[in-house]
Amino acid sequence: MSHGSDIKSLVWGAVLLLLAACVPLVANGYWMSIALTIAMFTVLATSWALFSGPTHYISLATAAFFGVGGYLVGTGMSDYNMGFWTMVVIAPVVGAVLAFLIGIATLRLSGVYFVIFTLGLAEMIRTLVSWIQNNFTGSRGLYVLTDLTEADIYIYLVILAAVVYLAGWWVNRSRIGFALRIIGNDEMVARHVGINTATSKVILFTFSGFIAALVGALIAPRYTYIEPNGVFSPEISFIVVIMALLGGTGRLWGPIVGVIPFALLQEFINANYSSYSTLVMGVAFLVIVYFLPKGVVGRIEQALATRRKSTW
Amino acid sequence: MVATILSVANATKRFGGLVAVNNLSFEVTQNEVMGIIGPNGSGKTTMMNLISGALRLSEGSISLQGRYISTLKANQINQRGIARTFQLVRVLPGLSVTENCMAGMVFGHRRLWGDEARYEAGKLIDRVGLSGQEHIAVGSLTYIDQKRLELARALASSPKLLLLDEWLAGLNPTELQEGIELIRSLREEGITIILVEHVMDAIRSLCDRCIVMAAGSKIAEGAPGEVLADPEVVKVYIGEDI
Repeated sequence: MSHGSDIKSLVWGAVLLLLAACVPLVANGYWMSIALTIAMFTVLATSWALFSGPTHYISLATAAFFGVGGYLVGTGMSDYNMGFWTMVVIAPVVGAVLAFLIGIATLRLSGVYFVIFTLGLAEMIRTLVSWIQNNFTGSRGLYVLTDLTEADIYIYLVILAAVVYLAGWWVNRSRIGFALRIIGNDEMVARHVGINTATSKVILFTFSGFIAALVGALIAPRYTYIEPNGVFSPEISFIVVIMALLGGTGRLWGPIVGVIPFALLQEFINANYSSYSTLVMGVAFLVIVYFLPKGVVGRIEQALATRRKSTW
Repeated sequence: MVATILSVANATKRFGGLVAVNNLSFEVTQNEVMGIIGPNGSGKTTMMNLISGALRLSEGSISLQGRYISTLKANQINQRGIARTFQLVRVLPGLSVTENCMAGMVFGHRRLWGDEARYEAGKLIDRVGLSGQEHIAVGSLTYIDQKRLELARALASSPKLLLLDEWLAGLNPTELQEGIELIRSLREEGITIILVEHVMDAIRSLCDRCIVMAAGSKIAEGAPGEVLADPEVVKVYIGEDI
């Protein structure tokens, strides 16, 4: 990629993010709420794809980090009288440490073993937190009472999205991004061309854990009342994976292409046929696997490539 | 005195009860092309894997220019200057031809990046005879071209020692001639090479020296002509006279 197109994509990204930041000026409460959901999943899916996209390591641990973020804000404010912003600083650090440890523990796993391990670990953390909550800390419940509006949280998440896009843009141009793509293709070759595969993988996995915990912390005021089983719900991990794969993980802007339609679809299903939402998730999975293995973006690029060829 | 590049002393590798490499010692000197031959299952590829760091030695030691490398990991060994190709060709299908070649020079013995790496990759693609194929998807390259690409990736680190694991296997007669010529040109550039090979023509015309392995042990060592005439070697390859 030339420097010219790099700068162009930066400018485009900046313009789109500015437009996204203007949404609160026009949206009413209902659409603001949907926009907030979209912003939340955009950050989660994009940072997930930074690691899982190039390496093809499908992590189902997003809920663990997201949950840690939300839970720490809840327990910090309710049980220890900490301020919201103090917890917003602490939560992602804890999320990053957790991701680092999971990264180290899963280094030798690949393929389906990695998937199952991350899912199992996330579930274990959820159960553990529920158990601690029930037995030691809280009969009082975890309230997150702030005077932040949904529009405020939305703006914070758009800023965070900008940070994630910038980080991703940098990673894609750097040695570590190249290393991750080689790892995703053939880890044996990666080691034999001098890549320290463990370090590269753990760095990116830790970054995505940091971001997911930060999202969980920032969005906590939206829920007012934090329930461990809610913020640690494995559904969050699955939705993040579906959205990212639906959009396509080959490009930095791929995940958002999946996030927007899927979030709207989910909103529609929840409003009209709420008992079918799991079914929709299952069908979406099948559609991706059968028809869009490289996501919408991959399909579009494929179509463009064929058209270019035929016009020659 | 000729400088020793690689020195393998009493190398042994066990897989449970199976001894794949048994007390093997040899040296490779600067600018030398050394062949490792032997029947299937005699431990040649295991020996290559031990040198490149894909496997750990059970006993013995390996040193590169006098520095002990046998406890290093594959990536560290590559950074010290050993590059390899694989018995079953391993190209990176999701990357372009140029990126495949660049992969060898970004993290290892050489650490180039950006336009400089791209430029060097272009030179190497030319060097191995792939020019004009840069825009073809790597998976659609012919078998020999994939092998060329893998060789370009290994050369990209400008290694002190190049390991070629049956690089000529599976080529048709025309490709084989091209392949031998390509390796001969590397030899003329003075690259130090260990090659594991079943193609005896290649061994005769390319190697200064070769060692013969059978059931994990070294049974002969010397110039290819002598070694291939050795009755012991003939015996392990085609069996005894009846």
